[in-house]
Amino acid sequence: MPESTLATFSVRRLEIIDPEGNADEALLPDLSGDELRRLYYLLLLTRTFDGRALALQREGRIGTYPSVLGQEAAQVGSAVALAGGEWIFPSFREMGVFFTLGYPIHQLFQYWGGDERGLRTPDGLNVFPVCVSVGTHLPHAAGAALGARTRGDRMAVVAYFGDGATSKGDFHEAFNLAGVFRLPVVFICQNNQWAISVPLSAQTATRTLAQKALAYGFDGIQVDGNDVLAVHRATREALEKARSGGGPTFIECLTYRMADHTTADDASRYRPAEEVAAWRERDPLLRFERFLAKRGLWNEDYAAEMKGKAQGEIDEAVRRFEAVPPPAPGEMFDFVSGELSPRQKKQKEQAS
Amino acid sequence: MPQLNMVQAINLALREEMTRDDRVVVLGEDVGRDGGVFRITEGLFEEFGAARVIDTPLSESAIVGAAVGMAAYGLRPVAEIQFMGFIYAAMDQLFAHAARIRTRSRGRFTAPLVVRTPYGAGIKAPELHEESTEAFFCHMPGIKVVVPSGPYSAKGLLLAAIRDPDPVLFLEPTRLYRMVKEEVPEGEYTLPLGKARIARPGGAVTVVAWGSMLQRTLKAVEGYDAEVIDPMTLSPFDWETLLASVEKTGRLVVVHEAPLTCGLGAEIAATVAEEAILHLRGPVIRVAGPDVPVPLAKLVDHYLPSPERIRGALDEVLRY
Ligand SMILES: Cc1ncc(C[n+]2csc(CCOP(=O)(O)OP(=O)(O)O)c2C)c(N)n1
Ligand SMILES: [Mg+2]
Repeated sequence: MPESTLATFSVRRLEIIDPEGNADEALLPDLSGDELRRLYYLLLLTRTFDGRALALQREGRIGTYPSVLGQEAAQVGSAVALAGGEWIFPSFREMGVFFTLGYPIHQLFQYWGGDERGLRTPDGLNVFPVCVSVGTHLPHAAGAALGARTRGDRMAVVAYFGDGATSKGDFHEAFNLAGVFRLPVVFICQNNQWAISVPLSAQTATRTLAQKALAYGFDGIQVDGNDVLAVHRATREALEKARSGGGPTFIECLTYRMADHTTADDASRYRPAEEVAAWRERDPLLRFERFLAKRGLWNEDYAAEMKGKAQGEIDEAVRRFEAVPPPAPGEMFDFVSGELSPRQKKQKEQAS
Repeated sequence: MPQLNMVQAINLALREEMTRDDRVVVLGEDVGRDGGVFRITEGLFEEFGAARVIDTPLSESAIVGAAVGMAAYGLRPVAEIQFMGFIYAAMDQLFAHAARIRTRSRGRFTAPLVVRTPYGAGIKAPELHEESTEAFFCHMPGIKVVVPSGPYSAKGLLLAAIRDPDPVLFLEPTRLYRMVKEEVPEGEYTLPLGKARIARPGGAVTVVAWGSMLQRTLKAVEGYDAEVIDPMTLSPFDWETLLASVEKTGRLVVVHEAPLTCGLGAEIAATVAEEAILHLRGPVIRVAGPDVPVPLAKLVDHYLPSPERIRGALDEVLRY
């Protein structure tokens, strides 16, 4: 018998706006002018927060902080596609997702300032706490999706993670579970091409990350992660598919980490400045401004006004964050268990 | 003799051992070009090349599991787990494999590997960067657990750990990395695993502490007639040194930053109760972290045993 081919594969890539701001009209999501401007404001807000967080860290007012510079579109574009009510499992570099969902900004300063009270998700918002242990939250997303399926809810679940997380066993285990059970989950990777000092080429031998989904029996797509509308479109489609029983989707947002890994890192030790400079040309905010300008939705005055508004909102969040009195020592016992053991109660008394 | 901090001492130990023994390889996340997030492996990539200083993909289970395979194959892998809080994904490899490949293969295969990891609280880092779960690992037969207390012991213990025929977990107290400098000789010296050190002689009370708590304890006991023991190896524990001290002083205080319940202090207290209870004049007191997950920066100082609590325990036990 001759040898035969059982499977071949291809990987789709989606981009809608080019770096000059020209759009492929056929692919544009149907967003109104106001909705487009809301996207712009959220991108600005995320960037403004980021700049302020870096400054606060330098002044010692918050601790180690992971910058989101350059990744705003991948975060805002996807989160804006959520209908509300979805369960979200973030990693630790998704400030833009939190803002888009309406998570209180001062709480993020609080968390990165070393106060776990910042992790308390407001009621009505189903966002799991930041996950510091890379990739370990992906099975939770599969599990929540399995829960929704078990209950018969038309719920979609979304998980965010980085390129480095795709090396973890948890990534593969979650993907397999999602594929086997055709779970309503959307996996969104912010492939910023670095995991601290490890470049993508040393993280995986595959050409794309998106294709990893194919091995688990579901679709993977790569989108231009610096194109807020491409991310938006891909996410919305994946969510609709999930809700209507079509199973999981993996969206690889190809983007770039413009800053150091965190404020504790010095990326100049391991990556060339030219590489970073090349990506500056593809800045997601700049691109969206050009796009909006071509449609008469943006000019310098409008930008200045929106920047002022974002600054104001962040100023207010910093003020609120710094007005919160420090936690009392006994608070480290709060929420350890539904009920403290007699020994813990005694320890709490001694600590207070 | 050069004055080195602990980071430099560990780096020196790795460099010397890699030069002496070409079976020694380093692997982990960011250990190569970046030199490690704490710069422990700085310069090794340049000196020994990518074949022996291996930047791995982000996977703790693969790092430790691969170390088991490399060690069985005849190499001497020194794996780095970036922070102790990320070792949990590798527990399966450590417990189900590294710890028992010698037993399971009836001695045919062994796992002479080292897993190094920064450990302990007090550096105001994010979640899971300040864990001290040494007791989990001490509970597992087949693995040795070592905690250096300064630059000198770090070098001598690491060399001994790399040469040890079995897996060694090498816990580096993060808070001490750059806190103290000591004279660290160049060239060969090892400190035997399983042997404690009397860090400060005394007669009225024995105090055991390790990791960053040792430094704190040594300051706290100033003015007391306290004998401070630095175990250096937590498993296997040097009971002989401890029991001799307790038989002399008749009193024991154990200080560890890990949570109280089922911490290593429990094993120490139980062993002293079994083997030296008739020498004790009063209860054994444990000064430990409370039974909570390590809190973030704003509360961590209230979590760690304070000098006042350590002195309070001394005052208490000295009443007997
Ligand atoms: C399980 C685990 N191992 C190691 C670390 C230390 N660490 C924090 S972030 C990071 C790199 C993550 O890379 P990636 O998944 O690409 O996310 P990015 O930082 O680029 O957003 C590492 C190694 C960790 N937090 N968790
Ligand atoms: Mg990355």
